[in-house]
Amino acid sequence: MISRTIVRLGVRSVFGRWRGVLLLVLPLVLVAVAVLVRALVGEEPLAAQNTLEALGLVVIVPLVALLATSGLLAPEIDDGSVSYLLAKPISRYTIVLSKLVVAAVCVVLFAAVPLLVAGLVMLTSSPSLGVGFAVGSVAGGLAYCAVFALFSVMTRHAVVVGLVYLLIWEGLLGGLLDGVRWLSITRWSEAIIGELADVALVEDLPLLYAVIATVVVLVAGTWLTGRRLRAFNLTGDE
Amino acid sequence: MTTIQIDHASRWFRNVVAVNDITMTIGPGVTGLLGPNGAGKSTLIALMSGFLAPSAGTVTLDGEPLWRNEKVYRKIGLVPEREALFDYLTGRQFVVANAELHGLPDPGAAAQRALALIEMTDAQDRTISTYSKGMKQRVKMASALVHDPAVLLLDEPFNGMDPRQRIHLMELLRGMGAEGRTVLFSSHILEEVEQVARQIEVVVAGRHAASGDFGAIRRLMTDRPNRFVLRTSDDRALASALLADASVRGARLRSEGGIELEASDFGRFSEVLPRLAREHGIRLHEVTPTDESLESVFAYLVSA
Repeated sequence: MISRTIVRLGVRSVFGRWRGVLLLVLPLVLVAVAVLVRALVGEEPLAAQNTLEALGLVVIVPLVALLATSGLLAPEIDDGSVSYLLAKPISRYTIVLSKLVVAAVCVVLFAAVPLLVAGLVMLTSSPSLGVGFAVGSVAGGLAYCAVFALFSVMTRHAVVVGLVYLLIWEGLLGGLLDGVRWLSITRWSEAIIGELADVALVEDLPLLYAVIATVVVLVAGTWLTGRRLRAFNLTGDE
Repeated sequence: MTTIQIDHASRWFRNVVAVNDITMTIGPGVTGLLGPNGAGKSTLIALMSGFLAPSAGTVTLDGEPLWRNEKVYRKIGLVPEREALFDYLTGRQFVVANAELHGLPDPGAAAQRALALIEMTDAQDRTISTYSKGMKQRVKMASALVHDPAVLLLDEPFNGMDPRQRIHLMELLRGMGAEGRTVLFSSHILEEVEQVARQIEVVVAGRHAASGDFGAIRRLMTDRPNRFVLRTSDDRALASALLADASVRGARLRSEGGIELEASDFGRFSEVLPRLAREHGIRLHEVTPTDESLESVFAYLVSA
């Protein structure tokens, strides 16, 4: 199901470009802010929670997912080098899954672990907050990866479309309209975090729904991306 | 023996027809796909390599469909026209990765064999981003040959190669054809094609214009009466000079200026026209073929 070669190439391509630097910068910013919060307000649960949510979950997690996923697929499709992966007798789903494995590792390393660290820095006495955010960010981050992978194979402007989706749907509308929580990846992860860390980040969103919705997006996004890749049109410059 | 069968295949992109009802069989040996830029060669190769679905008709490899059938890549080696590679790898890493993706038992050895075949052993440990155009072309070749495919499809493989690399690639292709592999390459230069290909398929404006060995193609293209409009510094003097030559069948001075001309022997005409113009001190401002269906064919014959 997973091709080690594609994983290896994927790791090289994510870190071989400017995206790799950004992937390192984002978590550093988060941890730096956490240190600052701890220094300024001390061990304050609400400040810790707000920082992890507003900066970590809403900004860092989706951006890491976007950077990692678009760095894995979009450039290769753009310049045509994806043909070297596609002109091989391997399942298209294997290609997508292998790429997503790399994206998942990025989410863990550059989103989940920094959230955990930031949580522990700001709230050393009750680690469950950091742990809850770390687990929730893995769930949300993976779902985001699947969505952005699909964007990458559907449009040449995957990064722009991804950013617009994040800003308009998850950010603006998610904040204005309560009902968006049913269709918002970030809200789902908040429901998961709320359960694990015993905090109230989102109201009236059952845990079971959040988990199932996250899994559905992850599976459907992966499957649709593979399906789209099976029917991939590659033409020359003519 | 592996055969690609294109049967009444068409491909259109919205309202532009790129490939128009083409039927051809590509069998063992070297076949040249000849046509001017924009004639649909790349689209045809995309159809033959399973990267494009025909809008109508079928394209099969030994009876198996090529579209949505990744198994066919066991038999196919593809050298795309676009230059993009995994620039951050070395040539060897790239070819080894291709061998691994094919699931070969010994990827390292297969890569070495392919790199040796295209004479890239010396530069194999340099990063691809430092390669010249010709070297990239050869690494692409190595990646396409690494699994020893029965079919080799190359889109404009001679672009960007220096003469020595060109001759080497021609020898390589001839050898693979002689081994019984099905080799197809596209080119817009007749001289290139006729040096390598036993069989030539000519595509013009999405249509299958001609098919045969290079002698037949050349006769077809040169013996046909061709019509041109010439605009010169002295139409009357050049027209009378041209009429005296056997390659010209008729000339008429147009009221709005310029000469309408019919040539019978294109090869000779293309050599006579500039010579006569020079001898009479006449400047040629414009030489336009007016036979529309063949315009593009002439365009590249003239430029070759």
